[in-house]
Amino acid sequence: MPGHFEPIPGGGAAVALDDVEISIIRSLAVQLLELIGPGPAADASDDPLAELFAEGPSEPPSDPVLLRLFPDAYGDPERTPATAEEADELRAHAAEFRRFTENDLRTGKRENALAVVRDLDALAPSGEGAVLKLAPAESHRWLGTLNDLRLAIGSRLEISDEDDSDLLFRLPDTDPRKPMVMAYLWLGGLQETLVTTLMP
Amino acid sequence: MGTVTSPAPVEIERTEPAEEVFAVPEPDLPWVTIVHNDPVNLMSYVTYVFQAYFGYPKEKATKLMLDVHHKGRAVVSSGSREEMERDVQAMHGYGLWATLQQDRK
Repeated sequence: MPGHFEPIPGGGAAVALDDVEISIIRSLAVQLLELIGPGPAADASDDPLAELFAEGPSEPPSDPVLLRLFPDAYGDPERTPATAEEADELRAHAAEFRRFTENDLRTGKRENALAVVRDLDALAPSGEGAVLKLAPAESHRWLGTLNDLRLAIGSRLEISDEDDSDLLFRLPDTDPRKPMVMAYLWLGGLQETLVTTLMP
Repeated sequence: MGTVTSPAPVEIERTEPAEEVFAVPEPDLPWVTIVHNDPVNLMSYVTYVFQAYFGYPKEKATKLMLDVHHKGRAVVSSGSREEMERDVQAMHGYGLWATLQQDRK
């Protein structure tokens, strides 16, 4: 079962990973964690309530990957606002939504990625890879992180429509983007087979 | 989606002071959550999210996913603004690209 998850009888999923694959997923998950940033706790006061009531940012992130992970909730991407007032109103709504949701969204994605790193670190090092076994709850975390990683790599590779992905898949081996494309496709296979194990 | 514009009725009975009329912003129009197409999210994953989060049966989840894929977008839920903000936040948590708006059309 290299490169794809299989259902475990009774619930959960398993995949065989070699040491290189383990280190690639781990490294990508750590990069994702760095991108998402530390939680409010890192610089918060000792007051546990302060974190609960901390407001998130109101401006959209400038990094395209973060913007894809935390998009605007208001505004029709296919339609320009008819008036400047409407544009202002949509921006204000999007800012307010961001202020009250982005911290929670970042926390959710951070916790998923941390769980992935922990699961990988718990695999006994053998020099020959290992079989990763996930309980159903862990499968959901992995599914989220695999998707976030593919969104992040897709953004970096500037995949914005189906034609872009077709072009990338036919890159020559000498193209500097090739390793990233290979990782993207491999993560896609992992995610696809993991979804299948979770389908109700 | 076609736009239907009907001319405003000529005769309006004003029974309320003007400021109260402005204070009520179209309460009858529901809000909708729209999921937009993107080339990264897997079709199987999008279907899974619609089943897992909304509890839609497989057929409905698959149809919505295909609408997103082929038409570029699909309305996946409707309700109050607060409910739709919750749904949009959940979609963003799953990594789907979603927005909410008042269903004007």
